[in-house]
Amino acid sequence: MTNTLHRWSEHYAVERRSDVPPVADDYVVFAMASRNLNDDALVDKYRTFARLALRHDPVNVGDATKGGIYRPQPRLNPLAHWRRDNRPDPERVVNDVEGHTTMAAVFSTFEDMEAFVKDLRDADLGVSINISAPMDAARRCCQGAGIRRHSVEYSLGFQGRVERLPDRAVLEIGTMCGHGMVSHSLVKKLLDWVKEGRRSPREATTYLARFCICGVFNSARAETLFDKARTGTP
Amino acid sequence: MQIDQYRCVACGNCIPVCPMGAIYIDPAVGRAQVNQDECVECYACFRGMSKERLFPPMVRAIRRVAKAFRFRFDPEPDICPTDAIVPQDLTWPRIVRRAFSDPQVPHESTGIHGRGTAEVKTNDVTNRVKEGEAGFVIEFGRPGVGARFGDIQQMTQRLAAFGVEFEKNNPVTSLMTEPDRGLIREDILNEKVLSAIVEIKTGLDQVPAILHIIRSVSRELDTVVAVGVSSRCDAAGNEPLAALLEREGYPAYRGKTNLGLGRVTRQVAV
Repeated sequence: MTNTLHRWSEHYAVERRSDVPPVADDYVVFAMASRNLNDDALVDKYRTFARLALRHDPVNVGDATKGGIYRPQPRLNPLAHWRRDNRPDPERVVNDVEGHTTMAAVFSTFEDMEAFVKDLRDADLGVSINISAPMDAARRCCQGAGIRRHSVEYSLGFQGRVERLPDRAVLEIGTMCGHGMVSHSLVKKLLDWVKEGRRSPREATTYLARFCICGVFNSARAETLFDKARTGTP
Repeated sequence: MQIDQYRCVACGNCIPVCPMGAIYIDPAVGRAQVNQDECVECYACFRGMSKERLFPPMVRAIRRVAKAFRFRFDPEPDICPTDAIVPQDLTWPRIVRRAFSDPQVPHESTGIHGRGTAEVKTNDVTNRVKEGEAGFVIEFGRPGVGARFGDIQQMTQRLAAFGVEFEKNNPVTSLMTEPDRGLIREDILNEKVLSAIVEIKTGLDQVPAILHIIRSVSRELDTVVAVGVSSRCDAAGNEPLAALLEREGYPAYRGKTNLGLGRVTRQVAV
């Protein structure tokens, strides 16, 4: 499962420029246990992970088997088209943890991520903790927290029939759900709706976040990208 | 996946929701249909859409009136108003589509939800990739293109010819008939999946050659390939990959960092 590895940014353009600004609003931290090695009291460990994350203003928290803070609503009534409850439900993520899964928390600032990592270090849960982010940010975070990196995995971007990929804005938003549950066609449709003023960037983001079933979709970054696309800002 | 033809009101909301673009309205019947050859059974439509459970004839009548006056209703785009999307019973070989496309189905060979293994995410506990080694995760079909096992086999054959060993606990490896030749079961070669991951481990010195093979074969496939490469850090927390990848002309911007906070906490029977 590489669901957070290949989040696309200009750094992975086929023709790369040297002056691309860093991605400074997308940091994923996740926890994963190994069967029969450190999965004792696993529900408690994962709930602690989620509760610690919620102290640091995450933009999403998720359980790969249950979903994130935004989830599909199976029984709506027709009034939902006018007055829909779009509030996130982080407590549900905490309470629904049942066992083996991957728990993830997404932050939009380096400071929030670093503070969370320091909490995790102190909590000493015993499960594997990874940061999925620009490598330099992860390295600085480890230095700040006094942690020695154990292993690294680099994304090398996309190869092959890249002409089958959508345009930049769609790719940047769509790849924030690495499982591919956020359809590029839906992103494209919502980009058009936002440009037409039929939906706000926040509403568009919330629709998409419901499809990301592991909760690693960065709704804050998506909102920024929708807003930029709305005005045609490159 | 199927669309219940009685319940469907041809609202079209499910069409852009499909990551493979496999849903369309058939004008002959005025209902949504699923192109079964392109559908990868990912369940994004069935699980991801919110649902009303309205009475289909009533919705169709309202839509006919609105259409006559050229009114355009502006509905929530992620709702199926009549709960018309219905999973179907999957049999072999179609069942492999769901195993590789729906991330909420744990793969039998790994026990992990998703398309690969834990890679280096649990390397601090499993020590799977050791110093001096490199782990590769070669993912086909992502993002949003999909892949058929025939394409994947082209890559595995070339890698096998180079002498690599495929990760034994990986779902694709479990479908190989001859791993030393990179051959995958013949009866699934035309099955399409949202994505599938091939995993190998080599020495660090072989990384440039492997990257060259992947790049060269990728050009011959009808899909996209996303590559991840991993290594273990040394005692000071430094790693050899960044410089190597830069030399080879690959972007080394984003990735995963295992913090080394994991450890064995269970009592292991001696």
